[in-house]
Amino acid sequence: MSAAAKRYVMTVDTRLCVGCKACVLACKAENAVPDGFCRDWIVEDVRGEFPRLSAEIRSERCNHCTAAPCVKNCPTGASHVNEGGVVLVTHNKCSGCKACIAACPYDARFVHPAGYVDKCTFCLHRVRKGLQPACVSVCPTGTLVFGDAGDPSSEVRQKLDTRRSKVNHPESGAGPNVYFLT
Amino acid sequence: MTPLLETTTTRANPQIDPSLHTWGWEIVIYLFLGGIAAGILVLTAFLELTRPDKPRSRAMRWMPLVALALLSVGMLALWLDLAHRFWAWRFYATWKVTSPMSWGAWILVLLYPTGLLLWLGSLEDGERSWLRGKSPAAGKSLLEWLIRLSDRRRGTILKLGLVLGIGLGIYTGMLLGTMPSRLAWNSALMGPLFLASGISTGAALLLLQKLDRGEREILVRWDALAMTVELFLIALMLTGWATSGAAGRFAAHGFLGGPYTAVFWSLVVILGLLVPLAIDAIEARRHLAFVAIGPVLILCGGLALRWVLLAAGQASAFRLLP
Repeated sequence: MSAAAKRYVMTVDTRLCVGCKACVLACKAENAVPDGFCRDWIVEDVRGEFPRLSAEIRSERCNHCTAAPCVKNCPTGASHVNEGGVVLVTHNKCSGCKACIAACPYDARFVHPAGYVDKCTFCLHRVRKGLQPACVSVCPTGTLVFGDAGDPSSEVRQKLDTRRSKVNHPESGAGPNVYFLT
Repeated sequence: MTPLLETTTTRANPQIDPSLHTWGWEIVIYLFLGGIAAGILVLTAFLELTRPDKPRSRAMRWMPLVALALLSVGMLALWLDLAHRFWAWRFYATWKVTSPMSWGAWILVLLYPTGLLLWLGSLEDGERSWLRGKSPAAGKSLLEWLIRLSDRRRGTILKLGLVLGIGLGIYTGMLLGTMPSRLAWNSALMGPLFLASGISTGAALLLLQKLDRGEREILVRWDALAMTVELFLIALMLTGWATSGAAGRFAAHGFLGGPYTAVFWSLVVILGLLVPLAIDAIEARRHLAFVAIGPVLILCGGLALRWVLLAAGQASAFRLLP
């Protein structure tokens, strides 16, 4: 399959995630994310009243949306759609106007202390070398699966076909590409 | 009954959590001053297009220049807000159709020469002579050319000033209104609302100057009309949100019982719009002399409108929906 037709997505198995934060630390180390900031994070929803409780733990990040509002609202073209639908920010095109931060339905972006807007890149620099994103490579429970949803033989495609899944805030209309398996 | 839900997150990014607060006073100042500048350009251009004579008062003649000065202060605030200031020129290396901010950047570029020509064309002979005297020798021929152009193309410049002024006023609202992620911004009425507020605050600033009687009468009428339209748009916006789905109801709640209710209704609606309208009505009915308190309140209300809406919008997101 050609590179242009690829559709990179991630699945997060909420039945496997224990919230160990290894993904968060791996991302910080791999991408030199500055202190006090994060590109991915852990959300824990606890429903009900003790002792009748249920919990869902999710590893969250930029959703690399198909109709990315950040890309639409970026006035300089710094935020753009790259290989496999991955949304990236070109640092030396970003004026730090923060329109993309306001436009993001997931609040996944932040201003890097160097001045440009930063966020998850799906570790495209690793993916291009045939490696997995840093968060996926360290996940000890196999919660995170990354791959090309357009490839029927990919693990991520099979997960999406055989498991129930949901996305965060589908009502935003942004078309997120991080799926939570339930 | 909906089960209790407790959400904890490890994310604590500056300016993002616990709720977005990435745009601060700089943007409020820009939206406010940009609105006033838009209002002044729309009013000065419209008044001359609809009346046969040039501006009679000195204030009206010089106001296009004041509009550009205010816009420049606003743009300075905007520039200060940029996190990567050196790359500000990147706005002008592209034109992004889907980005209202990109439209705004180009409208601003076109506004400066138009406003300058609008001002030069308004000046009387004595003022032009004074300007020629102040001009450095090297710039004299350029000044003469600009003055000739401003006279020869007066009609076109006035129309352009009107269109660009409307564009500036609307874009400042569209910038916020086109973001579905911010529930308390996401309304197509945000553009017209900011334009109406820009016209009323622009008129208020003009009314604080020494004007010709005829000009004052027209501006008082335009100011009252803009404020009435503004009230109508606010009512429509809140009604639209309150009668829509969960996202709209969340947005409306911010102003109808939620955290922004007190500041919005007291500063924006009552002190910024209803009281000045009442003062206008009393002045007209009792034939009283003009008092400055009305325009001052309108200006404060215009600033409060931008401040409240900017804060309310940033504090609204899908993840906060019940």
